[in-house]
Amino acid sequence: MRFSKVGKVRWTSHRDVARMWERAFRRIDLRLAWTEGFSPRPKVSFGLALPTGAESVAEYLDVELADGAQPDVAALPGRLSAALPAGIDVLAAAVCEERGSLQEIVTSCRWEMEAAGTGVDALTARIAHVLAADSLVVTRERKGQPVTDDVRPAILSLAALGAGESGALLECELATLTRGLRPSELLAALDPQLEAASVRRTHQWIQRDGAKREPIPLPATAAPHAERAS
Amino acid sequence: MTSLWPRIEPLLAKVQKPARYIGCEDGVQAPTHGPSKVAWLLVYPDAYEIGLPNQGLQILYEILNERDDALAERSYAPWVDMEALMRERRVPLFSVDTHQPAGAFDLLAFNLSAELVYTNLLNCIDLAGVPVRAVERGPEHPLVCAGGHCTFNPEPLADFVDFFVIGDGEEAVSDVTEVVREWKASGRTEGSRQAVLRELSHIPGVYVPSMYHVEYDGPAGPLVSVTPRYPDVPERVEKRTIADLNDWPYPKQQLVPLTEVVHDRLNVEIFRGCTRGCRFCQAGMITRPVRERSNEQVRTMVSDGLKRTGYDEVSLTSLSSADYSGIEDVVGGIINDPMCQGSVGVSLPSLRVDAYTVGIAAQIAKVRRTGLTFAPEGGTWRMRQVINKLIEEDDLFGAVESAFSQGWNRVKLYFLTGLPTETDEDTLGIAELARKCAEVGRRHTNRVTVSASVGGFVPKPQTPFQWFGQNTAAELQRKVNLLRDATRKERGVQLKWHDPRATLAEGIASRGDRRLGPVIEDVWRHGGTFQEWSEHFDLSLWEDAMARRGLSIDWFVHRHRTEDEVLPWDHVSAGLHKDFLWQDWQDALAASGLEDCRWTPCYDCGACTGYGIEHVVGSPVPPAGGSQGTGVRVPVTLGRLP
Repeated sequence: MRFSKVGKVRWTSHRDVARMWERAFRRIDLRLAWTEGFSPRPKVSFGLALPTGAESVAEYLDVELADGAQPDVAALPGRLSAALPAGIDVLAAAVCEERGSLQEIVTSCRWEMEAAGTGVDALTARIAHVLAADSLVVTRERKGQPVTDDVRPAILSLAALGAGESGALLECELATLTRGLRPSELLAALDPQLEAASVRRTHQWIQRDGAKREPIPLPATAAPHAERAS
Repeated sequence: MTSLWPRIEPLLAKVQKPARYIGCEDGVQAPTHGPSKVAWLLVYPDAYEIGLPNQGLQILYEILNERDDALAERSYAPWVDMEALMRERRVPLFSVDTHQPAGAFDLLAFNLSAELVYTNLLNCIDLAGVPVRAVERGPEHPLVCAGGHCTFNPEPLADFVDFFVIGDGEEAVSDVTEVVREWKASGRTEGSRQAVLRELSHIPGVYVPSMYHVEYDGPAGPLVSVTPRYPDVPERVEKRTIADLNDWPYPKQQLVPLTEVVHDRLNVEIFRGCTRGCRFCQAGMITRPVRERSNEQVRTMVSDGLKRTGYDEVSLTSLSSADYSGIEDVVGGIINDPMCQGSVGVSLPSLRVDAYTVGIAAQIAKVRRTGLTFAPEGGTWRMRQVINKLIEEDDLFGAVESAFSQGWNRVKLYFLTGLPTETDEDTLGIAELARKCAEVGRRHTNRVTVSASVGGFVPKPQTPFQWFGQNTAAELQRKVNLLRDATRKERGVQLKWHDPRATLAEGIASRGDRRLGPVIEDVWRHGGTFQEWSEHFDLSLWEDAMARRGLSIDWFVHRHRTEDEVLPWDHVSAGLHKDFLWQDWQDALAASGLEDCRWTPCYDCGACTGYGIEHVVGSPVPPAGGSQGTGVRVPVTLGRLP
């Protein structure tokens, strides 16, 4: 399932969204497979967590249906969107043949951001500086511990897009694997003064065997940016 | 009106749990404001995750929004990080539904479920841009009102709240709406505020503190009288009581929050009121008589609610859910309903203590095993007779035996300490009871945990214990220490206790008179919000405020009251005759129990006879079970006088 998270609901957390889905599945009476054990859970797996406050048009989740459940897949987006809060809409559903968790197979994400408190020129200069460098060493927190490492390899593309309402717009593609790079960390690495006025995930990419694809592409968003990866 | 959302949103990235402020729940309403509609802002003066599930607030939210001449939105106390940003950027308190400023509503209506939220009430009024003291408000300000259990002693908040609604709110909110609608239509002219308040004081159940004159014998002396200033204002305000719960199948659209809250499940109220007669329990005294919802309506509310919300758990709420007539059928119906696919859990709060009850719990546990909690409250039989919680040891052991033999390995027990006539033997009885329960458990499993939670007792208004002098914090701490020592080496017994200092602050706010108003304001002005939260609670704020006002904590909290004393809440009535309460207090001191009047003759407490209503109970016979169920006369023993 590919879904969006836009508007006020973006202030809910990844865990909150997981609970919304569980209620939605029960509302439409979609029979899921359950884990075994002392406290069984439905077999639902979410992709990479979206930071609270960020919007997205490229969220994913995998669900495993109960044996014998054969819902009309084409009708699922409409039924589920009606059972989910405003701002969370199912954009597409597809039968997933391959196994493997979304977290493991997605290699990069494309983001659009607005950085508050900066002009386009200043941002462009700063971006050029970072892209020209061989390394970008930052200290950030991971599991409560400060960790220092080079995040330059995680920046696959980065460009200023123009002026926004309260700052400058930029787009970027950031790697997710090994430690990955979060959009807020990228802004901090560009300039500690920068604050994100808005963040939106537009794509999650799977790079494999020289090809690049989305878990479920949408007609309107299919791959024009694919070549831009550096 | 314009939404404050564009000014609120930039703050959200900087606060913890931003979802507290967005609304967007399933069931949220977006009413249109206008001159012909009385706009209510229903405020729960604690954090969103505590306030959102409150059923009373949700019931009124729906009833008001169903009216053509009213609308209701909701607000909760912003957490301290959000409050700081709001004050810095001059963003007022707002509704979470359509993000309107609080000051633009006609009424700010507070739900008061606990005394330690009083300072948050002041903070919310202030954040709304409204003067905290009622006397400083003009016609441009909303009316500030409050309802909920704490309003059975409204006096500590008399300086800040324009009017209180005492008792059930279902009917009263409509009466209030009609009066306020006329006020709004008349243009809320200069000087009209006093007139509308006087008009409101004529509504049954409405108490307007400014319409009364209070006299004390000296600035720190006893209360002499509380008398109406005008002949048309009632001397005594009687609570409102709805006669039949079946007429009020609310909430019909229970709010489903998008973020985590307490009691995050479907809640269906199966009855209101309780006549078990536990003498410490304010809820049981002020909500009489018992009014059961019909089995059929409960079933409909459960199945419609589950289907609509997508919850997989329903709580059948009341003050003693196993007492509901036909509880087994209702529970069985839910867990065996094919639509639920055997995956819906049921929780029953406030379980009676006996094997029968555990039988029901075991039926539920086939779906999902949740914790099992019993509340013997007192450590010895004598103590339990004093408080009229008539659970014999055998009932408890039977319940525990039944639990451990059916697969539980953890049982929680709730106790109170600091009860009237309590001796160290009674206190230590708590440890002894917990030890014996663990022993019973070990016959069935090696992994036994019995956790005993001990709370300090706060005497509450409108109960037989309203005359009792509360234990000091030092005495409560001594008792906790006794228990800690007694359970330290006890295998399988875990002791938890409530901070005795918070018990003291609750005691200050519970039985005070109007002189407590400036104390509460003082605590608030010194930053004392969120006093329900241990990380923010600060007893020294309360002690200092009392000292600055020349008021004695000993006099207000620890002193035993006398029969002839005028109590600050005597002019507010829960229907209970004062002589009934006094007799019950004397019976308590004599360790003499009193039966449940649902199944035995009426002893005329006043709740039914005074209002011409009756218990609404589905079954004419008491439920099966131990001494709490059978209605057999319990042995009466002579107790000690304090």
